[in-house]
Amino acid sequence: MISTENVSFHYTAGSEVLQNVNLEIKDGEFVAIMGENGAGKTTLVKMFNGLLKPSEGAVLVDGVNTREKSVAQLSRDVGLIFQNPDHQLFAETVAEELAFSLRNFGFKEDTIQKRVTSLLTTLDLKRYEKSPPFVLSGGERKRVALAAVLAWDPKHVVMDEPTIGQDYLQKDHLRNFIVQIISQGKTVVIVTHDVEFVAECKPRVVLLSRGKIIADGPSAQILTNEQVVEQASLVMPQIASLMKNLKNLNPPPNIIDAYSARRFLSGKLKGELEARAPAQRR
Amino acid sequence: MDSPIHRLDPRAKFILTLGFFVAALMFTNIIALLVIFFIQVPGILLAKSGKRWLRSLRGGLFLFIFIFVMNVIFLTPIVTSLGFAIRFLAIMSAFSFFFMTTSADDLGLALEQIHVPYSISFTFTTAVRLVPTMAVDAQTVVDAQRSRGLELDKGNFMKRIRNYVPILIPLIISAIRRSVELAEALESRAFGATEKRTPIVILRMKAVDYLVILATFMGVGLALYVYFKVPLPNLVIPIQIPRLF
Amino acid sequence: MPAIEAKNLSFTYAGAEKPSMEDVNLSIEKGEFVILTGPSGCGKTTLCRCLNGLIPNFYSGELRGGLLVDALNVDGRSTAELATHVGFVFQNPENQLFSLSVERDVAFGLENLGVAKEEAILRVNWAMKATGIFDLRNKAPYELSGGQQQRAAIAGVLAMHPSVLVLDEPTSFLDPKSAEEIVQIIAKLSRELQLTTLLVEHRLDVVSRYANRVVVMDNGKIALNGTPREVYNDKARLIGIGLPKVTMLFHLLRKDGFDVNNPITIEEASVELKRLLPQ
Repeated sequence: MISTENVSFHYTAGSEVLQNVNLEIKDGEFVAIMGENGAGKTTLVKMFNGLLKPSEGAVLVDGVNTREKSVAQLSRDVGLIFQNPDHQLFAETVAEELAFSLRNFGFKEDTIQKRVTSLLTTLDLKRYEKSPPFVLSGGERKRVALAAVLAWDPKHVVMDEPTIGQDYLQKDHLRNFIVQIISQGKTVVIVTHDVEFVAECKPRVVLLSRGKIIADGPSAQILTNEQVVEQASLVMPQIASLMKNLKNLNPPPNIIDAYSARRFLSGKLKGELEARAPAQRR
Repeated sequence: MDSPIHRLDPRAKFILTLGFFVAALMFTNIIALLVIFFIQVPGILLAKSGKRWLRSLRGGLFLFIFIFVMNVIFLTPIVTSLGFAIRFLAIMSAFSFFFMTTSADDLGLALEQIHVPYSISFTFTTAVRLVPTMAVDAQTVVDAQRSRGLELDKGNFMKRIRNYVPILIPLIISAIRRSVELAEALESRAFGATEKRTPIVILRMKAVDYLVILATFMGVGLALYVYFKVPLPNLVIPIQIPRLF
Repeated sequence: MPAIEAKNLSFTYAGAEKPSMEDVNLSIEKGEFVILTGPSGCGKTTLCRCLNGLIPNFYSGELRGGLLVDALNVDGRSTAELATHVGFVFQNPENQLFSLSVERDVAFGLENLGVAKEEAILRVNWAMKATGIFDLRNKAPYELSGGQQQRAAIAGVLAMHPSVLVLDEPTSFLDPKSAEEIVQIIAKLSRELQLTTLLVEHRLDVVSRYANRVVVMDNGKIALNGTPREVYNDKARLIGIGLPKVTMLFHLLRKDGFDVNNPITIEEASVELKRLLPQ
C-alpha cells in the first residue's frame, strides 16, 4: 500500500506545489491521477519512490516512511516510468538497457539473462535485442522504457503520461497491458490527462487541482461531475457529454464509454421498435 | 528583474566591466585591488542583485583559495598573494555582475548591433536561454536513472565516474534531439533568409549610458594616475615562509 | 487552382530501406480545413515536411513526384522562401520559441525576412491580437502555459502571412481544455483568414467538427480521403485510427441491427437519438 498523510510540498517557501494531500492506494488497485498541467501530479508520484521527500507530512510505502529508505531501495518496490523515454535510454543495445536496472539491484547474471529474454518476447521487442535503443521509433522507445522498469518486477508500477504521442492502436496495446499486469497483482498508478483513455480503462480517479485533491472515486462518478472536471482543466468523456444531452431518456448515471452506452441505447431502441411494430401491423 | 542597472545599454555596461577588468589587471597593490572590488558593491545593490552576487562569489571561493595558496607556495609574499586572489575575485565579480544584469536577448541585440555575425550571436543567446531547460533535463535524467536503481553516491572513484555514463548519454541525446527540433522550427521561420535582419527592437544609447561610459573612462584614467603617480602603502605581514624547495 | 496539389509524391529518407511516403496524390482547395491522420509511422509528418521545404532541404533523401503549393512548384525552393507561403506549427511548444519575450518571438520570422520594422510591428500586433495573446506580449515564453505557447507559435507563423497553415499534432502536450481552445482558435483563424489548413491529429473527437475533409494515411499511402462522415467507416477502424467515441457508439448500434446514421459530433448524435427515441 502507498499512502500519503497530510503531505505538503514546496520547492521554495511560499509556493506550495502540494497542499495537505491525503491519499491511500491499496495493493493491486488501478488509479489514475489527473489534473491540469502544473497541478502537482508528477511531484506527487515522485514521492512514491523517494525522489522527492515531503516538506510536511509523510509518505508511506508498504508501511515504511520514505524518509527512511533510499531511492534505490524504494524503487525496488515502486517502479516509476518517466514520460520521455529519451531521458532514460543510454545503453548500446536494448538488451543491455533492460539489464541495467537488474544489475543495479544486484540480480544474478543468469537471472538477468532469463528475465531480459522473457521481457523482450512479452513486449514484442525480441527483434531489437541487439539494436541500439536510439534507432527505434518513438512508440518503440516508449516500450523499451516500460520494459526497462518492469524488468525488476516491482510490486507497484507508476507511469507518468504513458499515452502522450501514442496513436489509437498503441493506446489499445497499453490498455491491454495494464489489464494484464493488474491481473498479476500489481498496483498500477497512471498520471494522465487523457480522459478518453481513462474512460475506457475505468480506474479509480484522483483529481488534483493546484496541489489539492478535489475529487477521488470511481472514474464513472468523477468524470461525469461537470464541476470538478472543469476545475481540473479536463473535459468530460464524449459519451458522458452525450448522455447529459439525453437526460429525458433516463440513462443510468455514470455511463462514460461506448460499450455501456450501447447496452443502454440498444435496449431503448429495441423497446421503441417493439412499441411501434404493433401499430404497423394493423 | 528590473532596476536602473538592468535598463542600461549592454554596450555601456560592457565597457564598464572592461574598465574594472583593466583597472584590476593594472595593480598588484592590495589596497587598490580591494578598492576596485568593493567599489562594485553600490552598483550591485542598486541592481537589487546582492544575494545572487554573494552566491556567485561563493562559487569563486575555490579558485580564490587556490590562487592564494599557489602563490604562497611559490614564495610570493602573503599580502601580495592575497592581492592576486582578490584581483581574481574583482574581475569575476565584474563579469558576473554584467551577466546578471543583462538579459540574453539584450546581449544578442548588442552583439548584432556591433556587427557580430548573426549566427554567432544567435547561437550564444540560444545557449544561454537553454541553460535552465537543460538543467531541468539533467535533473529529470538523474531522477529517471535513480529510479532504476542507479546510486550516484556509492562506489569507488572509478565506479562513480562510470555511473555518470547513464546520465551523460541521455542528456546529450536529448540535447541533440532538441537542437534538431529547434533547427526545424528555425528553418520554418525563414532563419537565414537575408543577411540584413530587421530587429523590431533596436538598442539606443541614452544619456545615462553615455554617462556610464564617461565615468568608466574617468575611472580608468584615475586608476592610471594612481598607478603612476601615487605611492600606495605596502602592507607587509612579517611571516617567514619556510623554504620548501 | 488548388492550394496544394501533390502528384505521385514519394519520399525515402536517406539511409532508409523503404519509402516513408509513396505515390501520394492529393488536392486541397484554398480555404479547406483538412485533417491528416493515421497510425504512427504512416507518413503524415513526412507529407507535411514536403510542404514547406523541410524535405528535401533539411531532411535529405529521395523525393519523387510533383508538389505545387500556392501554384508554386516547391522543387528547388528553400524553406526560407516557402515560409512566406506555408506556416508550420510543431508539436512541442518549447522547441519553437526563440526569444525572451513573446513579442520578439512572434516577430522572429519577420526579422529574418528583413521586413521593415514599422510593417513588422503592425503584423506582430495583429497576429498577437488574432490569437488572443496581445496581453502577454512582454512575458517570457517560458512563463506561459503550453496552450499560450502554442498560440504564440501560431502568431509567429501568421505574422509571415502564409496562405497555408500546417500544424503537426499541436495539441500533443496540452491538457484537454487547452487542446479544445487551441483547435477552436485554429478553426476560427482558418475561416476568417481563408487559410488552407492541414492539421495532423490523433484526437479526432476534438477536431472533426471543424473539418471539411479527413485524409487517412497508412503505410505511406493515402488510404481514405473524404468528408469526416464518409471516412469514419469500417475501413478507418481497421486501419486503427481513433474515431470519435460517438461515431464508435453508432457503429456498435449498427452492428446491433439498428438503422442509424453516422454522427461525428455529440450534437449530431443527440439529434439522431432524439429523433429515434421521441419522448
